[in-house]
Amino acid sequence: MKKLSCHVIREEIKKMCIEAACILPNDVEIKLKNSIEEEPYELAKKTLSVLVENSDIAKKLSKPICQDTGMAFVYITIGQDVQIVDGILEEAIQSGVRDGYEIGYLRKSVVSDPLFDRHNTGDNTPAIITYNIVEGDLFSITFAPKGFGSENMSMIKMLKPSDGVEGVKQFVKEVVVSAGANACPPMIVGVGIGGSFDKVTNLAKKALLREIGSKHVDQRYADLESELLDIINDTGIGPAGYGGKTTALALHIETFATHIAGLPVAVSICCHASRHKEVFL
Amino acid sequence: MIHLSTPLKKDALINLKAGDEVFLSGTIYTARDAAHKKLIQLLDDETPLPFGIEDGVIFYVGPTPNKPDEIFGSSGPTTSMRMDVYTPRLLQLGLKGMIGKGYRNDEVKKSIVSNKAIYFGAIGGAGAVISSCVIQSEVIAFEELGPEAIRKLEVKNMPLVVLLDTYGNDQYELGQHEYLNSKNT
Repeated sequence: MKKLSCHVIREEIKKMCIEAACILPNDVEIKLKNSIEEEPYELAKKTLSVLVENSDIAKKLSKPICQDTGMAFVYITIGQDVQIVDGILEEAIQSGVRDGYEIGYLRKSVVSDPLFDRHNTGDNTPAIITYNIVEGDLFSITFAPKGFGSENMSMIKMLKPSDGVEGVKQFVKEVVVSAGANACPPMIVGVGIGGSFDKVTNLAKKALLREIGSKHVDQRYADLESELLDIINDTGIGPAGYGGKTTALALHIETFATHIAGLPVAVSICCHASRHKEVFL
Repeated sequence: MIHLSTPLKKDALINLKAGDEVFLSGTIYTARDAAHKKLIQLLDDETPLPFGIEDGVIFYVGPTPNKPDEIFGSSGPTTSMRMDVYTPRLLQLGLKGMIGKGYRNDEVKKSIVSNKAIYFGAIGGAGAVISSCVIQSEVIAFEELGPEAIRKLEVKNMPLVVLLDTYGNDQYELGQHEYLNSKNT
């Protein structure tokens, strides 16, 4: 049985918080650069260039790409042959987030109570943690801070099975158009289809973590991904919403089995600062 | 490129058009959700505001904490519509410029026109670039709000786009139409 110390996990999470906030993932950066070439609208070209410049400055100065360094989302994949030692996993994760946001001069953006006592917790905890148990002795951490400019614009709808593909297309377009400039385009769109009311939002979130432009394994969904991306980039919203072609950099679909009566669809919108980092321990 | 300085004067503002790119220099104040709520509370209590709002500019931002060796942390705009409910009242008191991102409601748009003010856009997410335009920063009110405290900033050549001008033109609509028209011709 593989043993993994909570001290190691805490330290790793701390580093991930800082790196994720300051270094735009390579795939997003490449896509942004390429989109400048493909963008015909002048103001949009300039806007995209500023975003590339921003990512360069952030990396060089180890400064957050965006001031909204997000709520911390941590995805743990743990093999059933792994034993966690030297403490409690949950505490190690929360402590790592606390350390990272403090030492990295990241913004603390979490309030303790959503409605009555909106007091800043002062250390950006609690992080939202998702566990996935697998076979073997794998242990991986994905850290994905997410700002709420885009999170606020995400939506879910329980479609009827008869709404079919057209219903899905219509809903995705509706969400993206209503998000528009508020979600800091060019965005990355995660679409979950199937499962249940709760499962489908997890699927949409998971879709955001995929490599930019990667395709769904099922060709029909892969085709739907490119069709939806075209629909979004034909709206004219453009970078920052100032007009242009580049409204979204990518659209990914994740699917799951569902009930005979249902067709849940969730659309999770992420801004161009699609920050995520994965490590294997 | 147009250069503007604070305090913003009517003569300069009426010449601006939606879509214009502007470099803004001078003193501006940061305020977002919680600070706006407190400002309105002060007005309700007939207590003076912590800064002069007449001809002033508010930047909707909650920066990251600055490191010991830097003037200001990352500082891109936050979504302006959350401030819509408070904005017309501030415009009536002489607020002349707002810097943010995203759509405004009809009430704010009308108030911008009737008070001859401007809504400027900063690029959402360009926190590191915008930060480099800040040459001085000081917390002047509501320190307990942390990132939401009101800060007095001196900015130099802050790159902005006019989103709503004094005539009611909206770059979000104009830009979208212009791009789509150019594509169809």
